[in-house]
Amino acid sequence: MRQKKVWKNIRKCAGLYAMLAVPLAWYIIFKYVPMYGLQIAFRKFNPTLGITKSPWAGLTYFKQFFGSYYFTDVLRNTVTLSLFTMLIGFPMPIILALLINEIKNVRFKKLIQNITYMPNFLSVVVIVSMLTLFSNRDYGLFNKIRELFGAAPVDLMSKPAYFQPLYVFSNVWQFMGFNAIIYIAALAGVDQELYEAASIDGASRMQKILHISLPCIMGTILIMFIMRIGSLMSVGFEKVYLMQNSVNLSASEIISTFIYKNGIQKGQFSYSTAVGLFNSVINFTLLVSANYISKKTTDTGLW
Amino acid sequence: MKEKMKKSLRSDFAFDVIMNLLGICIVLLVLIPLIFVVAASFSDPDLVLKGKVLLIPKGFTTQAYSMVFENEDIWKGFRNSCLYTVAGTLISVVLTILAAYPLSRKELPGRNLFMMLILFTMYFSGGMIPTYLLVKDLGMYNTVWALLIPAAISTYNLIVAKTFFENSIPGELYESAKLDGCGNIPMLHRIVLPLSKAILAVLVLYYAVGIWNAYFDALIYVRDTSLHPLQIVLRNILLLGQTEQMGTNDVGMADKIKMAEAVKYSAIVLSSIPMLLIYPFVQKYFVKGVMIGAIKG
Repeated sequence: MRQKKVWKNIRKCAGLYAMLAVPLAWYIIFKYVPMYGLQIAFRKFNPTLGITKSPWAGLTYFKQFFGSYYFTDVLRNTVTLSLFTMLIGFPMPIILALLINEIKNVRFKKLIQNITYMPNFLSVVVIVSMLTLFSNRDYGLFNKIRELFGAAPVDLMSKPAYFQPLYVFSNVWQFMGFNAIIYIAALAGVDQELYEAASIDGASRMQKILHISLPCIMGTILIMFIMRIGSLMSVGFEKVYLMQNSVNLSASEIISTFIYKNGIQKGQFSYSTAVGLFNSVINFTLLVSANYISKKTTDTGLW
Repeated sequence: MKEKMKKSLRSDFAFDVIMNLLGICIVLLVLIPLIFVVAASFSDPDLVLKGKVLLIPKGFTTQAYSMVFENEDIWKGFRNSCLYTVAGTLISVVLTILAAYPLSRKELPGRNLFMMLILFTMYFSGGMIPTYLLVKDLGMYNTVWALLIPAAISTYNLIVAKTFFENSIPGELYESAKLDGCGNIPMLHRIVLPLSKAILAVLVLYYAVGIWNAYFDALIYVRDTSLHPLQIVLRNILLLGQTEQMGTNDVGMADKIKMAEAVKYSAIVLSSIPMLLIYPFVQKYFVKGVMIGAIKG
């Protein structure tokens, strides 16, 4: 009897299933088939034999990666770049949102928002081109500024030491405003009576920020933080690859660019898939643990 | 008591001043690089190369722009990008709605399972190489389809759309439509879409900006230069320095290098113009999109 009812419900939704079938097929083909394809990390992939007929290779490719002399460099670059990006890039939008929230003039508030959102719409090619032009030794904007402080001009893009700061701060410049939107929205939802009550108690503006604004948006911050942790190791390929040149490679070679070069350019499919799988597993583990810890301690989580 | 109030008012005033000053600093920090690029693009390349140009064009000229306009590759890239953006946005929006609408209907059996299947792909993926091999196997390599299909749906946008449908279309509306004999498919275009103009705008804009700015898929999937989108052409000119084809042949080497640099600034400006032109009209929708997405969290 119950089963009959379930079937009736399903039949009633036939139209909905028909619609859902197309995007679901897309998900299976373009998301799940590549996951199935991950097994070539454990096989000696031969394009003519295909994925399932290629012979097993066990952990050969993982061992090859862990044992290679560039393993520590690539891993270190990836981890430090992501940590650095997170350390600077994560709090900046929160600080900006708190600052915007404190500005009383509505028009100035809107102006800051509109201007800081703007760089978000520039393409990564444009951003990196700007960085390259600004870094030019002879006429770049950055060197003009360095000159003001009496520093000698250098071509910043060709110095490994400057690669990470350039990457991180240009990211902040580009995304700070847009990433702040979510916090600005959360701040707009804070009960104004809390601030009034605090004023009566003689709280200073700074105290109100620290003891009302910040705690009230903590839930949003936590969720954003967990999501950020989950992509800790997947630093955007696109920008790093464009910023790379032969002289800054010692600082700019990260896992994803390494996969691209070995896999797509050199055709070592199994090897680069193994490297990619290693990366994905770390990301996934980080995400699950961050979510678990957050759930345990604050009851906030992604699932 | 009064003394105390006065003191706190004074410190409030100081606080306001500091906040506004910081605000001005941030605005300048964001704007100066942009103004510099625009100023340099309209300046005499000689003066730009000497570092004489800062925020106001010097030796005003539109020479660099006319050189960009004369460049065949840029035009081809521009046309391709326009085409990809229109076609790709259409495909993406349709696919996203087709998933978001059924998944927003609470009575759909198995909805949580489907949702889990979709959400999982946000946190784990096959990665670059298996996807690349798949695209090759599907025969999409070196075709337009490789740029339109494999990245068609963004799960984030799907969640935004689904959340919007759930929150803004009351269940009673579906009930009464059903009583009137309206099926689930006609409901989409008779009831849901007319009520969802805001989310449609958000989706169109998110996807369009994403496709217009993308270069990665074209880098790995498309070899044929006649299919290259603008971003790849830009990368060749701006970052790989492929500017030989630019300018007339009777100028000296030094002049060529100079013009190559000047062209970079104008190419940056021109390629960003479509996005920056629509920006004032659409930014409220972008903000809306972020807000709707945030409800989930």
